[in-house]
Amino acid sequence: MGRYVARRLLQMIPVFIGTTLLIFLMVYALPGDPVRAMFGDRGADAATVAALRHKYGLDQPLWKQYVDYMNGILFHFDFGDTFAGRPVSEEIGRVFPTTIRLATVAFVFELVVGVALGILAGLKAGRTADSLVLVFTLLVLSVPVFVLAFILRQVFSFNLGWVSPNVQNAENWNELILPGVVLGSLSLAYVARLTRTSIAENLRSDYMRTAVAKGLPRRRVVGVHLMRNSLIPVVTYLGTDIGALMSGAVVTEGIFNVPGVGNALYTALFRREGATIVGIVTILVLVYMLASLLIDLLYAVLDPRIRYA
Amino acid sequence: MRGAKSAKWVAIAAVVALSVTACGGGSDKGDDGGNDKGAVNPKGIVTFESGEPQNPLQPANTMESYGSDVITSIFDTLVDYEPGSGKITYTNAESITTKDSKVWTVKLKSGWKFHNGEAVTSKSYVDAWNWAANIANNQTNASWFSDIEGYADVHPEKGKAKKDAMSGLKVVDDSTFTITLSAPLAYFEYKLAYNVFAPLPSGFFKDPKGYGEKPVGNGPYEFVKWDHKKSIEVKTYAGYKGPNKPKNGGVLFKNYTGPDASYADLLSDKVDVIRQVPATSLANYKSDLGDRAVDQDYSAVQSIVPAFYTKQWKNIDNRVLQGLSMAIDRKTITDTVLQKTRTPATGWVAQGVLGFKAGAAGDVTTYNPAEAKKLIKAGGGVPGNKISIQFNADGGHGEWVEAVCGSIRKATGVECTGDSKADFQTDLKARDAHEVKSMYRGGWVLDYPFNGNFLRDLYGTGVAGNTSGYSNKAFDKLVKEADAAPTIEKSAELYQQAEKSLVDDMPSIPLWYYKVNSGYSNNVQNVKFNQAGDPILNEIEVKK
Repeated sequence: MGRYVARRLLQMIPVFIGTTLLIFLMVYALPGDPVRAMFGDRGADAATVAALRHKYGLDQPLWKQYVDYMNGILFHFDFGDTFAGRPVSEEIGRVFPTTIRLATVAFVFELVVGVALGILAGLKAGRTADSLVLVFTLLVLSVPVFVLAFILRQVFSFNLGWVSPNVQNAENWNELILPGVVLGSLSLAYVARLTRTSIAENLRSDYMRTAVAKGLPRRRVVGVHLMRNSLIPVVTYLGTDIGALMSGAVVTEGIFNVPGVGNALYTALFRREGATIVGIVTILVLVYMLASLLIDLLYAVLDPRIRYA
Repeated sequence: MRGAKSAKWVAIAAVVALSVTACGGGSDKGDDGGNDKGAVNPKGIVTFESGEPQNPLQPANTMESYGSDVITSIFDTLVDYEPGSGKITYTNAESITTKDSKVWTVKLKSGWKFHNGEAVTSKSYVDAWNWAANIANNQTNASWFSDIEGYADVHPEKGKAKKDAMSGLKVVDDSTFTITLSAPLAYFEYKLAYNVFAPLPSGFFKDPKGYGEKPVGNGPYEFVKWDHKKSIEVKTYAGYKGPNKPKNGGVLFKNYTGPDASYADLLSDKVDVIRQVPATSLANYKSDLGDRAVDQDYSAVQSIVPAFYTKQWKNIDNRVLQGLSMAIDRKTITDTVLQKTRTPATGWVAQGVLGFKAGAAGDVTTYNPAEAKKLIKAGGGVPGNKISIQFNADGGHGEWVEAVCGSIRKATGVECTGDSKADFQTDLKARDAHEVKSMYRGGWVLDYPFNGNFLRDLYGTGVAGNTSGYSNKAFDKLVKEADAAPTIEKSAELYQQAEKSLVDDMPSIPLWYYKVNSGYSNNVQNVKFNQAGDPILNEIEVKK
């Protein structure tokens, strides 16, 4: 187990370097000059543009910029500066907590409601409840996020007046419920359908028949024997979804005005603040990698037959 | 345009982008319609839609509107101008005099203080300007000081500054200083209204970065705090001596992700003033907001510019461009595609500035397909019989470019397509690198309310705003004469002549003037917008 974890952590190093390099190249390969854009239609003052390019290191060859950048991250925990002259690490520290809160709300929502719906449908496979859940999940899947956001906002803030249309203070958990539900709703459908299929399938398996034959109470049969085996694909999905929730919040955060990662990424892309974009995405890569490691370790808990050498 | 304001351009343009349906709906009501007088709370805080400024809050370093709005509230410059008329008023200056438009003497009002208690003296101005112009300090607006004698010493085209002060700036005493320009400029006074020319307290020069985070100014509002990515707060400065005394207790510049989010908040009174109604709500914002809807002109113009360095437009007969201009049905496009958020242009100078003359372009801005065809034919036709208009796709210009092209196609048979660039950065780069294939979209918001600003800074030979390669000696000569004119009125008049002469060359095809389409909440009244399209924050009253 310990060796497995160590190996996984070591594997992360090339993945980390590879992904950051890719992102770095992609951002810097974009056409257009961010410094020039600060001047707009007025036209730029060549001397100032040159001086600013030098200040941000944009006049260096690309490989040198990447080496300097990685050097800063790995050895000084320095992600560079934004155009406003503030450290990118400070920006990261500002936006991630907000998005983590939002992602947590979404995650809890999709986990609780999604699994519950899945179990319901799975146990009643082929009956009315199953069909209802199917229709519901299809509906949620087919409605684009922003449409759902606008409908929910219209209903809950303009018609009912329960919540304010935008998040006024992202530190209030209850204000994050609406955007969280919107963010989590897409994955909710997947979670429900995965759970349903898995449960419906395992219901017919031998160990289930054995458990029932042993005369175990139904609560135990379903709660321990069935659930434990059925949740493996769901947990895999949920694990990768943590990363998706963190990075996929661009649309939701934009609509509900949440000052989080998505929002920061959008502004940074818009202004071509390379350092900020790469910094944020690097953290997202780390989140993905750690989440998938965590999931792999969780397998062992769910199914002891899966062993780590 | 005033600085880059790229953020603003995009906001405005996004409105256009999504507006596919015709018909604006609602009546054109003045902006004063809803300013009924109710009981006012002088300590009330106005919440204004904003975003994270791109640069530190240093006066000479803010171009985009998020930063400029905050800077304008915290700093006062020497002069200001009356909205609408473009007349100069004195703010921190007691008087500004000149005999030859070259040497200007500034006298300051007495008793003005920075928010930290330090007196505002002539040294505060001279030091601030020298610091901002210095190449070592990387101020994006440094070129504004280029009129002043000795600018090249502190801001050389290559290498380090040779001196740390411009020879044209001299402190006479605590309340007097002189500015010597390298050449006479009749309207130099007008430029002084811009944020770049704000004074700075002595502490700034020791810690420019710290002061950029917590600016200390001399204006009507005092900086309170900057909650990055969320909001910036300013409160009324009790010791303010100037004419812009706030009628409210302060302003909260609140960040929004976009016009849709802020508009939703406006409808539920969570934000008091927004910059721009989103495209999706343009059709119904007047019925949503009633008297609180704002629909007002401001001094900005949109045009399409031929790239004169291309084979196509090099040595073009001006009749071809005149013909193309006449092939554009401005009235129909502004009414339908642009949902009446623009007014058809009749010249190169936007309305509302000193020296604006309606109809300066004569009949070339009037839609006349028959005449258009005739002119193009007489001029030898469009080379290749095909044009394209470059625009930035992130600015939402696609809709109107398509409409303009359609109009040209229909009227003249000239093939016309949009040439979309991914974003503003890419668009600008192609313009700078002289890679535009045929034409590009241009836009300009006033820097100062004077017609010369729309002419010299765009069509003069070799100026930074002239990215089309246009050059005309006769026009340059007229500009030079106008700049050297003894009075500002004379200068404006000479610039009017210069504008008229552009018809013979068509350095660009003017399309339309901009409007502010905005609104305010139930909590406030007396909301007015200035000529740059920004709300006049100190005038806003918060209701009890």
